[in-house]
Amino acid sequence: MIPAFMRPLWAFVFRDWHLTRRYFSWVLVFTFYSLVNAATIALIGVAAHDYQLTLTLVLGVLLWSFLSAMFQEISNSISYERWEGTLEYTFMAPVHRLTHLLGVSLFAVVYSVVRTVVIMVGLLLFVHVSFAGANLLGVLVVLLVASVAFMGLGLVAAILPVLSPENGAQATNIVQGLLLLVSGIYYPVAVLPAWVRPLSALSPATYALAAARKLMGLDNPASRPGALAGAPLGAVTHELLVLALMGLLLVPLGLWVFGLVEHWAKRTGKLKRTG
Amino acid sequence: MYAIEVSNLQKTFSTRQGWFGPQKTERALDGVSFHVDEGETYALLGPNGSGKSTLIRILATLLLPDAGSVRVLGNPLPGGEAELRRRIGRVSVDAAFYKKLSARENLLYAAQLYRLEPRRAERTALAILERLGLDQRRFYDPLEEMSRGMQQKIAITRALLHDPPLLLLDEPTTGLDPASKRQVQLFLEELRAERGTTIFLTTHDMAEAERLAERIGFLARGRLVAEGSAAELRKRAAAPDLEEAFIRLTGEDFKKNEKEEAL
Repeated sequence: MIPAFMRPLWAFVFRDWHLTRRYFSWVLVFTFYSLVNAATIALIGVAAHDYQLTLTLVLGVLLWSFLSAMFQEISNSISYERWEGTLEYTFMAPVHRLTHLLGVSLFAVVYSVVRTVVIMVGLLLFVHVSFAGANLLGVLVVLLVASVAFMGLGLVAAILPVLSPENGAQATNIVQGLLLLVSGIYYPVAVLPAWVRPLSALSPATYALAAARKLMGLDNPASRPGALAGAPLGAVTHELLVLALMGLLLVPLGLWVFGLVEHWAKRTGKLKRTG
Repeated sequence: MYAIEVSNLQKTFSTRQGWFGPQKTERALDGVSFHVDEGETYALLGPNGSGKSTLIRILATLLLPDAGSVRVLGNPLPGGEAELRRRIGRVSVDAAFYKKLSARENLLYAAQLYRLEPRRAERTALAILERLGLDQRRFYDPLEEMSRGMQQKIAITRALLHDPPLLLLDEPTTGLDPASKRQVQLFLEELRAERGTTIFLTTHDMAEAERLAERIGFLARGRLVAEGSAAELRKRAAAPDLEEAFIRLTGEDFKKNEKEEAL
């Protein structure tokens, strides 16, 4: 039994679960594509006979799969509503925007975890890697802390479909693409052109990956195939603090910006289905 | 206290063609003033583009007025949205739903937004749908498999789940077959008689306005041109029926406008 005050939050989880169920064939297709994409990337490391490269790519693929799925679910939640024409009904319900976006985020986190686990299991059919010696629990902590920052980014990106009914959803893909480019998912950010590098400092994924690589022992010369020298959680305190700070800033910033755009949409009449 | 009190309401929209095109402004509401008593049914009649939907969106907290004062169930707008939203239900001309979800899933989602207990909400929903004449077996069907009439009945059910004292109905029977239209109208009459629900509706349908509403407002080009009971409006315009009264008092021909828009 859900307590009354939690019901609005649960309503979004309920809705998104049933939508996922009804669009299951789409979920299957996208997950299959992501798995194939992940395998092709990870196999580059296998072809190079470099276990460190393979692990770096596998870690990048899984971490990006999780963070991007979560970002996409949150940032696209408004586009889905535009598409279905239900945005006005959600906005006139007696639900605080924080509850609305937390409900969407809660489902997004669970969905992204399940999807990433499926991709991870699928990857094992293509790539044989051992995580022995890696601090996997530490990686999980990093992922959880990074999730909050990514929720904030998702909230900021969710304003785009409110701003532009026609192009907003596509614009969120540009934001996602930029994050992929600057965060060094498959390569160290040091290889980025000098003019792009400063942007990597603004992406939570940069810190999440840097921390996860240390915890996996990927940059540690003491690591050997099948015996990684993963760092303890204390070694990534700096990254965790930056990620926590980003989360603390981005979530309220996302809500504030969303509030401003909602006010603008109500002034200009942009909440309507066709805008 | 009035359920709705609107004074000198103004709303203008600006549109721009492309990024650098000239800006066009359109006055949707121009100094509209009226009130609706508690428990009253008030119908707003006007052709497409007259400002009906803009007005109902402002009352539903979905649009901000540019100027004038709006008070709904004692709550000023803007400002009193949080309190007001618990106490209004709205049905729009397009039954907006998650089309892949069943009626049950759509209604339970809406019920939980209003903090309703799902099992109780399900019983309420089934009771309302039965009165609206919807076969209960359709409750579990996706909305995309339902006719417009069925979807509109689900929309009315959604608006009533939390038992709001004020219903805002934007052309609730447009596109319905005559039998469905009669069922909805009868239900609205019963609702008002049983619960004293205040109903504010916009419509194109003169007969519907005359049947349901105690008072009718004529809205044309964003201005409330005349209001009163159907009999008062006919008398004032010395017209044989409400349609003729509308033409004489507003200078606009409903049917002609609709034909022009269809072309």
